[in-house]
Amino acid sequence: MKQPRRSTGRTALPYLLLLPALAVELLIHLVPMVTGIVMSFKQLTQFYIRDWSTAPWSGLANYRMAVDFHAPVGQALLNSFWVTCTFTLLSVGLSWLIGTTAAIMTQDTFRGRGLLRAAFLLPYALPVFAAVITWSFMFQRDTGLVNHVLHDQLHLVKDKPFWLIGDNSFWALLTVSVWKSWPFAFLTLTAGLQNIPRELYEAAAIDGAGIRQQIRRITLPSLRPVNQVLLLVLFLWTFNDFNTPFVLFGKAAPKAADLISIHIYQSSFVTWNFGAGSAMSVLLLLFLLLVTSVYLFATTRRRGADD
Amino acid sequence: MRTHRLPATLALTAALALTATACGGGSSTSGSSNTSPKTLTYWASNQGSSLENDKQVLEPELRKFEQQTGIKVNLEVIPWSDLLNRILAATASGQGPDVLNIGNTWSASLQATGALLPFDQAAFDKIGGKDRFLPATIASAGAAGKDPAAVPLYSMAYGLYYNKKLFQAAGIAQPPTTWDEFVADGKKLTTGSQYGVAIEGGNVSENVHNAFMLGQQHGTGFFDAAGKPQFDSPAAVAAVKQYVDFIAADKIAAPGNAEYAANQSVTDFATGKAAMLMWQSAGANLKSHGMNPDDYGVVPIPAPAGATGTQAVTSMVAGINLAVFKNTKNLDGALNFVKFMTSDEEQKQLNGTYGSLPPVKAAQSDPAFGTPELKTLAGVLQNSAAPLPQVAGESQFETLIGTAVKNLLAAAAAGQPVTDASVKAELTKAQQQMPAS
Amino acid sequence: MINPPASFRWLRRAVLLLLLVFTLTPVAVMLSSSLKPLQDVQGPWRWVPSHLTLRPYVDIWSTVPLARYFTNSLIVAGSATALSVLIAILAGYAVSRYRFRGRRLFTVTVLSTQMFPGILFLLPLFLIFVNIGNSTGVALYGSRGGLILTYLTFSLPFSIWMLVGYFDSIPRDLDEAAAVDGCGPVRTLLRIVVPAAIPGIVAVAVYAFMTAWGEVLFASVMTNDETRTLAVGLQGYATQTDVYWNQVMAASLVVSIPVVAGFLLLQRYLVAGLTAGAVK
Repeated sequence: MKQPRRSTGRTALPYLLLLPALAVELLIHLVPMVTGIVMSFKQLTQFYIRDWSTAPWSGLANYRMAVDFHAPVGQALLNSFWVTCTFTLLSVGLSWLIGTTAAIMTQDTFRGRGLLRAAFLLPYALPVFAAVITWSFMFQRDTGLVNHVLHDQLHLVKDKPFWLIGDNSFWALLTVSVWKSWPFAFLTLTAGLQNIPRELYEAAAIDGAGIRQQIRRITLPSLRPVNQVLLLVLFLWTFNDFNTPFVLFGKAAPKAADLISIHIYQSSFVTWNFGAGSAMSVLLLLFLLLVTSVYLFATTRRRGADD
Repeated sequence: MRTHRLPATLALTAALALTATACGGGSSTSGSSNTSPKTLTYWASNQGSSLENDKQVLEPELRKFEQQTGIKVNLEVIPWSDLLNRILAATASGQGPDVLNIGNTWSASLQATGALLPFDQAAFDKIGGKDRFLPATIASAGAAGKDPAAVPLYSMAYGLYYNKKLFQAAGIAQPPTTWDEFVADGKKLTTGSQYGVAIEGGNVSENVHNAFMLGQQHGTGFFDAAGKPQFDSPAAVAAVKQYVDFIAADKIAAPGNAEYAANQSVTDFATGKAAMLMWQSAGANLKSHGMNPDDYGVVPIPAPAGATGTQAVTSMVAGINLAVFKNTKNLDGALNFVKFMTSDEEQKQLNGTYGSLPPVKAAQSDPAFGTPELKTLAGVLQNSAAPLPQVAGESQFETLIGTAVKNLLAAAAAGQPVTDASVKAELTKAQQQMPAS
Repeated sequence: MINPPASFRWLRRAVLLLLLVFTLTPVAVMLSSSLKPLQDVQGPWRWVPSHLTLRPYVDIWSTVPLARYFTNSLIVAGSATALSVLIAILAGYAVSRYRFRGRRLFTVTVLSTQMFPGILFLLPLFLIFVNIGNSTGVALYGSRGGLILTYLTFSLPFSIWMLVGYFDSIPRDLDEAAAVDGCGPVRTLLRIVVPAAIPGIVAVAVYAFMTAWGEVLFASVMTNDETRTLAVGLQGYATQTDVYWNQVMAASLVVSIPVVAGFLLLQRYLVAGLTAGAVK
C-alpha cells in the first residue's frame, strides 16, 4: 500500500508549500475556534457584547446549564441532539442507498444514460437557497404541490397534513436533505464503479454468477474504500447542515425538526447569549471528534486486516 | 490522533489561545465624536414593497437633507431577516452606521448593550424637544426611568379589519366590540370555504403581539413590576388560550393559518377567504392585493365588555424607532439627521408614503392621515395602545412566547386538544428558558 | 455487469424513472411558478399557469439588485475557488510527496477543522476580522475579501484530502524522471503532477465553488448591501408586505442556469476526479 516517498531530509520546501494552507486555517478556523472556546466560559450576554473581554468569567456555568437534562434548556438541547442523530442516520443511509442503487443501475450503457446522469446531478448543482425555498413552497399546507398531489389528486390522506410545522416537519426536512445529498453519493459511487475492471464481471459471469451475486461479490466489496470516505463526509455535512433547516423553517424550527445547528443559532444569535451558544458548540465539536475518531479507527483497522 | 502527538497539540492550542486573547475584544474606544462631519451612514429597515422601493422613497429626502446641511447620507436598506444580525455585528465591532432604524420593541434590549446614544434632555433639545412626540411612542423607546435609546419614527397600531360585504351577507350590522360578539360573528361568517378571521399563526412576532394585547386585557404584562418573567400566570394562560382557541375551540380561523408566516392572512382577507383580520396598517398591502378601501372597515380590536384601564388595551404600540449609534464620528450631523427625519414635513411625507402614522403630534393633522383606517388607528394609538414590556430580556420574551404560541397553534391545527394545562405547560417551558440575570 | 436479465432491466427502468421524478419535481415547480402571475402562486397549487407571463423575469431585476448580487456571488465564489484550489495543490503536493516532521499533525488538524460547526466560530471570526481592520486598515468585515478568505477555508480541508489521494495515485516514476531531467520540485509540480491531476483538481474546484455559492449564515453577517451575495440576496423577494414566489422562482432559475451548465460540462472530469481521490 505505502509507496516510497522522497525523503528530503530537513529541507524547508514542504513547510513552505504548507504555509498558505496553515496560515488561512490558523486565521479562519483555529484561532476563532479557540476564541469560541474561551467565550464558552464567559457570561457573554447582550450586556457585554460591545466588548466581550469585559464579560465576567462564568466558569462551567454555561456547560452545566447545557447538560442539565432536567431543566428545559438541557432538555431542549438533548431533544435537538437526538433529532439530529436520527435525522443524520436516516438521511445519510437513504442518500447512500439511493446513490448506490442509481450508480449500479446506470453502470451499463443504455440510450439516454448521459442525460439521465445530468438530470440526477441537478440537485447538487442548484444553489442551496433556491432549491430549499422551492421545497418550502411545495410543502405549504394549503397551496403546496405535495398536498395537492397527496390529497386532491391521489386522495391518499383525508385531511391535508402540515409539513412545515408539527411532527411531519421531520419528514419534510428529511426529504429535502436526501434530495440534496444523494446526487453526491451517486457521483462518487459512479466514479468508484468505473475503477472496477470489467474482467472481474466477465470471470464471474463465466462462473455462472447471476446479477445479484455479481453485485454482492464484486460491486459492493470493490466500493468499500469509496464508501468509507463517502459516509464520513456525508455524515459531517448532514450533521452540521445549517442552510437547509434555516431556509426551510426560518429562525425557529419546529421541535420535531430542531437540528442542533439551528438550535445553537437560536440559543446564541436570536437571544444574544453567546456564552451558552459557544458552550453548546464545544460540546457538539467534542461529540463529532469522538465519532470521527472511532469511525476512522474502526474502518482503517478493518481495512488493515483485509490487506 | 496518536497519543504521542498530544503534547504538541496542546502546545499549539495554548499558543493559539494567547493569540486569541491578545486580539479578541471589541473596540474599547467607544464614544462619539465629530471627526467626520460631512457624511453619515443610515441603515433603513424595509418598510415598502421591496428594498428598491424603499430606496426610491428615501433617496429624494436624503438629497433634500444634503442640500440643507451639506451632509451626504449613505443609505443602506436592510431586510428584516438580516437587521438584527447586522446590528449585533455593529455592536460587537463598534463599526456600524451613524443612524439606524430599529423595531421599537427591540429598544430596551439594544439599550442594554450600551451601543445606542441615550436621548437625554440635551439630545432632545437638539431635535426639537420630547413633547413633540406622542407619549405612548416615547414609552416604547427604552426602559422606564432611563433616557430613551431612540426616538419614534413611524408608528402603527393594530385594528380589526372587517370585510363589509361578507358582514352584510351574513346579516351582521355592526363590527364586534367584545370578544363574545367577535366569536359569535366569526362563527356566523365561517362557512365551507370562508372563515371568520385570518391569523398569522406561524409568525412569531404576530403571535407575541396578539398574546401581549390579550394578556393586558386579562391583567398581565408577562413581567412583574421588578422585571421578572411571569409567563405562566393564570391570566397569561387565559390570554394565550383565548388566541389559540380561534382555531382549537371556536374554529373561526382556518387550521392552515397555523403555518402562515409570509402574510398569507392578509392575502386571505383581501381575497375574501376570511372576513376579519387583526393587523397593523394593512391598507397599502390590501390595496396591492386589489382590495378597495371602501370594501373594508377598521375598528379597534374587541375588549372585554365594560373594560377600563389596561384591560381596555387593544393594541401594542407598534412602530419603528430611529436610533443614533454611540460610536458615530459625526454626532452633530446624526442628531441633525434625526431632527430632519422627525420634522413635521418629513413625518407627513414618509408616513404618508408608507401608510403608517406619524408619532409627531403636529404631523397627524395632515389630511393624508384622515382616511377612516388611519383615523381609527390613530385613536387606538392615542387611547388604547400599550408598549410591549420594555425590559432587557424583551427579545428573548418575543422569541419564546411567540414560539410557544406557534407550537400551540400547530397542535390545535393538527386536532390535538388544547387545555389550560397544555397551554400552561408550554408557557412554563418558555419561562424556564429565560436567562436568569 | 454481464447479462442482466429482463427482470432487472424492468426494475431498472421503474427505479430510474421514479428517481427522475423525485429529482426533477422541484425544478418543474420552479419553472412553472416562474411563469405565473402573483395571484396564481398565492392560491392553491396548479400545474399550468392561469395565463403565461414573463413578468416575473422582468421584475426580478428591479425588486432586488439581482445583477449586483449575482456579480458578487461570482466574484466571491470564483476567487474562493481559485485560491482554495491553489493552496490545496501546494499543501496536497507537500503531504503526498514529502515526509517531514509534523506531517501527521498537519493532516489531522486540517481535517478536524472540517468538523467545526460554523456557528461556533462565526462571532469570533467576525471579531478577528474587525480587529485586523482596526489595527492594519485591511477591511475584511463587509468586504468581499473577508468572505473569500472565509469560504476558501470551508472547502480547504476536504480539497487537500482529495488531492493528497489523487497525487498519491500518480506514479512517482514520473516525478523521478523529471528530477533526472533536472526539474526542481516546483517545476515537477507544475509540469508533471498538475497536468496529470486535472480531473482531481476540477472535482475539487467544483466542490469549492458549490460550497461558497450556497452559503447563507456567514454571508448574512459579513456582507453589506454592496457586497451581499445571492444566497442572502434572494431573501429580498420576501418583503414586509408580500412574498413574491414567482419572482423567487424566476430568479432562482436565472442564477442557476450558468452554474448548472458549467457543472454539467465539467461532469466528466468530476467523475474521474472523485475516483482516485476517494479510493486511495
